[in-house]
Amino acid sequence: MGNGAVSLSQISKRFPGGTQALRDLSFSVAPGEFAALLGPSGCGKSTALRIAAGLLAPDAGTVTRDTNDIGFVFQDPTLMPWADALTNARLPLDLKHVARGEANDRTAAALKRVGLGGFEHAYPRELSGGMKMRVSLARALAAQPKLLLLDEPFAALDEITRNALGDDLLRLWREDGLTVLFVTHSVSESSFLASRVLVMSPRPGSITADLALPPGRDSRLAPATIDAQRRISAALNTALAA
Amino acid sequence: MRRAFDIALPLLLAAALLGLWEWTVAAKQIPPYVLPAPSAIARAFAENFGSLMEALLSTLTVTLEAFVAATVLGVATATLFAQSRTMERMLYPYAVILQVTPVVAIAPLILIWVGFDHINLALVIIATIVAFFPILAGTTLGLKSADFNLIDLTRLYGASRLQTLWRIRLPGALPYLLSGMKTAGGLALIGAVVAEFVAGSGTATGLAWRIVESGNRLEIATLFAALALLAFTGVLIFAALSLLEWALLRRWHESAIRQS
Repeated sequence: MGNGAVSLSQISKRFPGGTQALRDLSFSVAPGEFAALLGPSGCGKSTALRIAAGLLAPDAGTVTRDTNDIGFVFQDPTLMPWADALTNARLPLDLKHVARGEANDRTAAALKRVGLGGFEHAYPRELSGGMKMRVSLARALAAQPKLLLLDEPFAALDEITRNALGDDLLRLWREDGLTVLFVTHSVSESSFLASRVLVMSPRPGSITADLALPPGRDSRLAPATIDAQRRISAALNTALAA
Repeated sequence: MRRAFDIALPLLLAAALLGLWEWTVAAKQIPPYVLPAPSAIARAFAENFGSLMEALLSTLTVTLEAFVAATVLGVATATLFAQSRTMERMLYPYAVILQVTPVVAIAPLILIWVGFDHINLALVIIATIVAFFPILAGTTLGLKSADFNLIDLTRLYGASRLQTLWRIRLPGALPYLLSGMKTAGGLALIGAVVAEFVAGSGTATGLAWRIVESGNRLEIATLFAALALLAFTGVLIFAALSLLEWALLRRWHESAIRQS
């Protein structure tokens, strides 16, 4: 089954328009790690994530994943508007032909874990942006993935909701021992959530810094978190100046 | 309150126009073979009630059979197009040709091919051709408008094409299909009427034939009664399909929610 490790080696990708999105991109994420892929908009980090998930084929290079149990959370909630929260979050289990009763139980539990107990039969249009994102997260968790890939999942939310969801994600990661690869353009978000930050530079996208963050970042304003922010900012500035 | 007003207003207008009509016919002494008074039309309707209902049933049967056939064929063809781009490129031009060629022009050929002893089948085929295209066009657009990320998600979980079609593409296409069905419902009725006109005397027994026959006999009041019945049927089909649309979409689709 594997433990959720993923590794990209010498990945290059050119888009049909001719833009070189990624060139010789290499990084690996160890089992149980919470890695943030940080970079400015348009640096190819989402492309890298889709390649890591196997949704996009690279032009060159190899992707090694020791598991196919992947959860994926998009920037938008990406829910089926015609289905209630339970049916939406149950989709991975339905596609894998899990028996309906068991699938309902597991999905209801996943919804409860993201704080949506009691909203099983709410339709997406009845939910707030943050709640929709929670359904999306519950859907990713319902299939009990080893590797969770997130593509700027909280970028469209307000700061209060974003922080609450970040706290939940951190808790879920600790409880489940998942491997997380989290694409973001937020220095503060990565400094608090991630155990490791991979800084990407644009055109063509490649990794320019690989920072392991020390423990002790208990809150967003803890000295260790602020210190991590300084290090990440410095690395990002170097990447952009190059 | 507003709703009652919405219903009362067109009815009031109808009453006023009918009154004006009745008065004009009487005051100007317009001959009944040119324009019969509403009261004369009502009388003709009551006198011919049995035969008009029979004619309505005949036209309605053709309309509904054609509508169902067009829906099934339209959805099936659109699904085929969604599964295979090659099929779509190959067949779509012919669907367009079928749509843009006036059905009155093809109808005689279909009548000859199917044969006058299977006249109802011929009528259904003609009406189906008329109603088919909006279903095909709507459903094709709907199946293509699926959320790409949702499709990617199903790929991630190893879904088969059939699963993706059934769980993502078809439900997403439902609003487009229903919109196509609303157009197709009216077109099926038009197709049935046109087919009856072309089929002509002795064979067809529907409302269109009653209109032709009444016109030939200068029974203009009966002609108007049949015409009114036809219009009413068209409105009823549209209303029924609107209700179906609302019932299926009211929980989730913007178009149904804004109305409430």
